[in-house]
Amino acid sequence: MSEVASGRAGAAPGGALSSVGAPPRPKLSPFRVRRLPRERIWPAWLIVLFQVGLLVALVGGWEYAAATGALDAFFWSRPSAVAETMVVFFRDGDALTDAWYTARATLLGFILGTALGTAWGLSFWWSRNYAAIVQPYIICFESIPKLALAPLVILVFGIGLASKVALGMALTVIVSALTTYSGVKAVDADHERLMYSLGASRWQVFSKLVVPACLPWGISVLRVNIGLALTGAVVGEFISSQHGLGRAILYAGQTYEIALVWCAVTVLSAMSVVMYLAVSWLERLLLKHVRH
Amino acid sequence: MRTPPKVELRAVHHRFLRPDGSVFTALDGVDLAVAPGTFVSLIGPSGCGKSTIFNAVAGLLTPSDGVVVIDGQDATGTIGRVGYMLQKDLLLPWRTVLDNIILGLEIRGASVSEARAYALPYLHRYGLGGFENAYPASLSGGMRQRAALLRTLLFDSEIVLLDEPFGALDAQTRGRMQEWLLQIWQDFRKTVIFVTHDVEEAVYLSDVIHVMAARPGRVVATLEVPLRRPRPRSLALTSEFSAIRERCLDLLGHGASAHAEEEA
Ligand SMILES: Nc1ncnc2c1ncn2[C@@H]1O[C@H](COP(=O)(O)OP(=O)(O)OP(=O)(O)O)[C@@H](O)[C@H]1O
Ligand SMILES: [Mg+2]
Repeated sequence: MSEVASGRAGAAPGGALSSVGAPPRPKLSPFRVRRLPRERIWPAWLIVLFQVGLLVALVGGWEYAAATGALDAFFWSRPSAVAETMVVFFRDGDALTDAWYTARATLLGFILGTALGTAWGLSFWWSRNYAAIVQPYIICFESIPKLALAPLVILVFGIGLASKVALGMALTVIVSALTTYSGVKAVDADHERLMYSLGASRWQVFSKLVVPACLPWGISVLRVNIGLALTGAVVGEFISSQHGLGRAILYAGQTYEIALVWCAVTVLSAMSVVMYLAVSWLERLLLKHVRH
Repeated sequence: MRTPPKVELRAVHHRFLRPDGSVFTALDGVDLAVAPGTFVSLIGPSGCGKSTIFNAVAGLLTPSDGVVVIDGQDATGTIGRVGYMLQKDLLLPWRTVLDNIILGLEIRGASVSEARAYALPYLHRYGLGGFENAYPASLSGGMRQRAALLRTLLFDSEIVLLDEPFGALDAQTRGRMQEWLLQIWQDFRKTVIFVTHDVEEAVYLSDVIHVMAARPGRVVATLEVPLRRPRPRSLALTSEFSAIRERCLDLLGHGASAHAEEEA
């Protein structure tokens, strides 16, 4: 006992370090005292003023360049022409029909893809063997550029709504599945032990722990998915369709109605922004209910 | 002996297979008997297998050898018999305090509304009143521990395993929690097995203390604590108390030096 104790005392940290010869201290630059860097935040109205100013400058510059001939108005069109065409597009054209067609395909693809993908991701919790077997297939499916399959999808599902929904689903399902699966893998093993120590069945662990723990993961991809579903719908319409903003853009481009291209792109962007905002709102609402 | 034990471990061995393929003996022939209604502590150095014993009793781990007997029945590898408070509080962040506390009742098949109504008075009684609808993230460490403890107790098993429930608390809160735990133990008439690193805490709370040693994990001594209850705080100043504390420290120290000599 005493031998052990004295042996340890000899290896006391301070003495040992100095006698062995501590490694030399690395060269340090002298202390430099300065202020914490900090940007002064502008008031909101000033920010908005700059944003509006930038937009006016861009549109005005475009119009001016087209008027002076610096920009070829045949290929680029000009804001005034776009505005005129926009009125016609809404009054006499198919703006609303097309927008509704694209929106419907997007929403259906988004909802089905997200729901199926989330359920698929959650299913991996039930069996690690099953997860291991399916893993390489998922990775393959993920790495396929799904849009390259679009012509095939149109052949199988026809030129109607179904093919656009299918493309949106193909893009979103995998994102949801993989993200939810990450959530499944991140479920705290100690939480599982706690549930089992209370005598929980597998179904109880799944419904009371795994599902609520993974929902934030599933929800976090909603905003990504709405964009992907829109891409799927538009590409589907590019390839073959009788309606939709994608078809309108393609058609206008082929007939050199560049102003109409800009109109359809503007409507598409506006729709995309609205859907993005709606989904962000939904995401916040859901997270509030799930987390708290 | 006197009454048959509530929980018994008979020659429990456990070996973990390490990722590198080597075998690590975590428990090397542990025999333990816990009498019904008693408060028993396990003390021992970190890594001596205290949590492993708890996992075996809770059925979360099937020991490589030996049996766990509860109420005279072989309970090895069966879950749902004991309330187990793991080393972390493990409150579910998406559930309110009240809903966390009723988790065990829910799993046992109670309806949520019944379970809530049943649990609410306990919340008030044990110092969580007004926080039933708060989320765990907004609670202090002491309150989280209390909530976890209540969840364990409301599961209403006759046996309760507490793995360092007060490990992360400051001395003052810790003292209050100890009183609170003793009160609950008396109210609920449970058999409690308690793990702590604090010898003083073990002596203050327990009827019996099992002292363990590491590598391999085993029980090296069992001490009775013949101090009368209820125990005032000032008990810690008496010579009886310090004699038991010194004995425990000695046993822990002895375990360590014996190990050092083995290695030398
Ligand atoms: N899954 C595992 N695989 C390998 N070794 C493990 C595993 N779990 C625990 N061990 C080892 O078993 C021993 C006992 O662990 P245990 O958690 O029971 O210790 P403990 O007494 O509870 O320690 P502490 O007081 O630090 O909580 C430790 O040395 C640990 O390294
Ligand atoms: Mg432990």
